[in-house]
Amino acid sequence: MIRIVRIKTLALTRGERRLFSDLDLEISSGQAVALTGRNGAGKTSLLRAVAGLLRPRAGDISFLGADGPLEAEAARAEGLHLVGHQDGLKAARTAWEELTFQTLWTGGSTASARAAAERLDLTRLLDLEVRRLSAGQRRRLALARLVASPRPLWLLDEPMAPLDTGHREGFGTIMAEHLAGGGLILAAVHDPLPVPARSVEIGGDARAEIAA
Amino acid sequence: MRGFGVLLRRELALAWGQGGGPLLALAFYACVVTLLPLAAGRAPERLALIAPGIAWLALALAALLSLERLFERDFEDGALDLLALGPLPLELTAFVKCLAQWLATGAPLALAAPIAALALGAPSRILPLLVLCGLAGGLAFAFLGGLGAALALGSRRGGLLVAVIVLPLFVPPVIFGAGALDALAAGLPWTGGLWLLLAYAAAAVALCPLVMAAACRNALD
Repeated sequence: MIRIVRIKTLALTRGERRLFSDLDLEISSGQAVALTGRNGAGKTSLLRAVAGLLRPRAGDISFLGADGPLEAEAARAEGLHLVGHQDGLKAARTAWEELTFQTLWTGGSTASARAAAERLDLTRLLDLEVRRLSAGQRRRLALARLVASPRPLWLLDEPMAPLDTGHREGFGTIMAEHLAGGGLILAAVHDPLPVPARSVEIGGDARAEIAA
Repeated sequence: MRGFGVLLRRELALAWGQGGGPLLALAFYACVVTLLPLAAGRAPERLALIAPGIAWLALALAALLSLERLFERDFEDGALDLLALGPLPLELTAFVKCLAQWLATGAPLALAAPIAALALGAPSRILPLLVLCGLAGGLAFAFLGGLGAALALGSRRGGLLVAVIVLPLFVPPVIFGAGALDALAAGLPWTGGLWLLLAYAAAAVALCPLVMAAACRNALD
């Protein structure tokens, strides 16, 4: 179980372009961090690096549990959710099929998937094909696996962008509960998060890009 | 290993649901086999001679059909992120995807192959071997195809690229299978070709997932 994520002197590149370097960041149980920065600064890349999908150019990302350091690969496989702007939902399958697959794949159960659908106000939509859902409904479907299969670290990329006001509040409550239960949230955002969060600006130094 | 069953069910559902899966492959196979007599002349003795080889070659071509779907769609819509963060190592995930591909298209094609061969006038004693070669060869085609699909990830015109990567790798199993079928039809010893085909399929199943996983990691990076 992840208690602390520690990022040390991290540098990321995309192709030839350096996004940022010497980033230090530590998130502990119960904390939320809001990553801000201009478009293309590397917020999404940072989330993907924490998830282990991007190889850092330099630096180190480590996960600590209650009894000290965790093996990174195992910690990632069992301990984190990544919800990006690409939601991985298959247009031709029904919302329920996709939700149960994502839930079972990440370690939840059919019952927890149903409960999560109720929590995110998706129950009426479950029989519909994903292609029939609106952007906000799709996002709620993608977010449902956060609730359906509990994992401590949430990596969220603009999670609220397509949501309407009511559902933003609802998801704010879900995030607050996750933090109260010892969870960690690292979110790339342009609007403020609806929960108390430390704000970290990524790539604030414009020289980083020129130096590449 | 719970993830194994969950993923296999999803992959089979996707293979059946999207693009018709086995039906499309079977229809393609039927088309190739029907076109052949029109192109090669319809003298029965000539057709009977090339029937096993054609039935076998059409299997290899039909296996190319839905390869593009295998990784590219999951890559484009972001599902590959989710698969990479799941309970299975990426090697095993790639294995399951190819296994599902084989179950959804390769195996039905192998079972349909004798019908096509009979229609072309192939001797009926080769039919059991044709099914066996179809099943083993189909396994090799599915895993080699997956390898091509993973290597072509993220490239434009991926479908064409997959075919170019994969077809040279199809050469050995096509030779081994056709060799065994020809030998049996001619009353010669035929087990050598079958063993080589089985060995090639086993090697493909064992080694391709390693390459596919590396290619997927590379594409995600």
